[in-house]
Amino acid sequence: MRYAFWPGCVSRGGTPELYPAATAVAAKVGMELVELDQANCTGAGVLGERNDELVDTLNARNFAIAEQQGLDTLLTICSTCQGVMSSVNYKLRERPEYLAKINENLRAEGLEYKGTVRVTHMMWAIVEEMGLDELKTMVVNPLHGIKVAPFYGCYVLRPRYVLGFDEHPDRGQYLEKIIETLGAEPIDYEGKWRCCGFPIMTINESNGLRMVANHTQEAKDKGAHIMVTPCPLCHISLDEFQPKAGNAAGRPINMPVLHLPQMIGSALGFNVKEMGLKRHIISTEPFIQMSGVSRG
Amino acid sequence: MPTKLDVYRYDPETDQEAGRQQYEVDLPEYGTVLDGLIEIRDEQDGTLSMRCSCRSAICGSCSMKINGQSRLACKTLISQIEHESETITVDPMGNMPVIKDLVVNMDSFWDKMRAVEPYLQPAGPEPERENLVSNDSMMRLAVAMNCIMCGACVSDCTVLEVDESFLGPAALAKAFRFAADPRDGHTEERLKSYVEPSGIWDCTRCNMCVQACPKDVEPMERIMDMRVMAIESGLTDSRGARHVEGFSNSVKHSGLLDEFALARKTFGFPKWGFELAPFGIRRLLRRRLPPIIHKGISTAKSITRIFERLGV
Repeated sequence: MRYAFWPGCVSRGGTPELYPAATAVAAKVGMELVELDQANCTGAGVLGERNDELVDTLNARNFAIAEQQGLDTLLTICSTCQGVMSSVNYKLRERPEYLAKINENLRAEGLEYKGTVRVTHMMWAIVEEMGLDELKTMVVNPLHGIKVAPFYGCYVLRPRYVLGFDEHPDRGQYLEKIIETLGAEPIDYEGKWRCCGFPIMTINESNGLRMVANHTQEAKDKGAHIMVTPCPLCHISLDEFQPKAGNAAGRPINMPVLHLPQMIGSALGFNVKEMGLKRHIISTEPFIQMSGVSRG
Repeated sequence: MPTKLDVYRYDPETDQEAGRQQYEVDLPEYGTVLDGLIEIRDEQDGTLSMRCSCRSAICGSCSMKINGQSRLACKTLISQIEHESETITVDPMGNMPVIKDLVVNMDSFWDKMRAVEPYLQPAGPEPERENLVSNDSMMRLAVAMNCIMCGACVSDCTVLEVDESFLGPAALAKAFRFAADPRDGHTEERLKSYVEPSGIWDCTRCNMCVQACPKDVEPMERIMDMRVMAIESGLTDSRGARHVEGFSNSVKHSGLLDEFALARKTFGFPKWGFELAPFGIRRLLRRRLPPIIHKGISTAKSITRIFERLGV
């Protein structure tokens, strides 16, 4: 299937290992990604603290660019971008008079959003459009024996009414389904649907660190070998801030955290280098050894 | 088919620790979780304690965790949630101490509600006649006025789980209701107190409260509204406000987020260097530094014009 593709700023910046891993996996599973090289930052929830109409206009600009290229589905690998885009798109499609107002803002830029774009996340597209049976046929390195704690991130879960949960009520179970499809074992724990702490890490670091310590420690206590997340911001929080969170909590945690495409790619035959598994702050070596993923 | 309920039980007078008890009830097709609990209390086990009153989603008494999410028991149809699990779990609200079974102590909820001074404080002389408010202003406030103080948002708040000093979604939504009221004469003072630690900038935007609220108050959105109001009124000397400003500048001039510039702006000079040096070194060792020279999109001028058109 052909998608307009918005990778988000962080997949090429704060977590630069995500972009190459995700695009390699997409190519392998037959997703054609048409990258929107003139798309802008979605605002990540932060710009909305300045001006909602600005956020709606900037996201409508991206949708209009996708429409211009004849693409009706905009796919992203960033949960936060997905959350903002879905929320704006819901508002614009529900309220034609507001869409007209936003289009006034775009007119001078030679753009108009007609309201035809659908937003999706790579995780959703794999389950809903490609299908887990198809994914299973591509697994060449099943992740048997690996216990995986899924960590969703807020923006693919809430609020449900803008995220298509009416049509797809199981979207809060997709990580577990993918983990099982790849041959690994999902771990259930309280923290899987909670907040990673990232949005307050620069504002109230001690609270953010407590969230990181709680979730990574709980996953470890439940026997997980790794955590996996579809959100690059959750990854920064759970991986990069984990040593500091562990220090603050008085115990080292050492829980490897993988991006979802890295875990899928490891089962589909990509090697350590291609998936960027050596670029994390918390070593993924236990996963590399257990999974037998090629070191390249 | 009988409905299975797995209920949290705790009686401080007899129990060393909390336990769980399983019940089965026969309910009509339109039965609610509260119907089930009342059936249990009246017909099977009179020791089960809970709060409930109106049974019509108005009084806000029967908020509890149902299948892990805070909801009004009287508004939750069994048929709505039967796809979630075979057995329905029922627990007391979170972030508040349990008194007995499904009844929690809401003192901290009320203390925080009082702390935001939830009443109109007009300035100047008393008006001679009724004070007319525009329809737009009233519509803006009406969302927050729908709050029935059930506590569901506080129960699911992820910040309160790690920091009980946070004012929390219910009190801050109520704070918005008065800070945004054109009849109030103390908006500036209110905003000054809400930007203090434990206030609006401590919210982590997790949307838990938006999902939990049975009255669509969307408390997190009201907190975001107050962040906008605080910045517009010049309360910009906080990490939260600097973060917004840095983010905004970066997107305005390049179309994309410049993570280095954002860190410099948020932490301020020279603190950002000290705070972020350990992270930078670790990233360098892992070949994980974001691009030091920021590259925007080639049509960035279009983004700048959109910002300017909207006065940002």
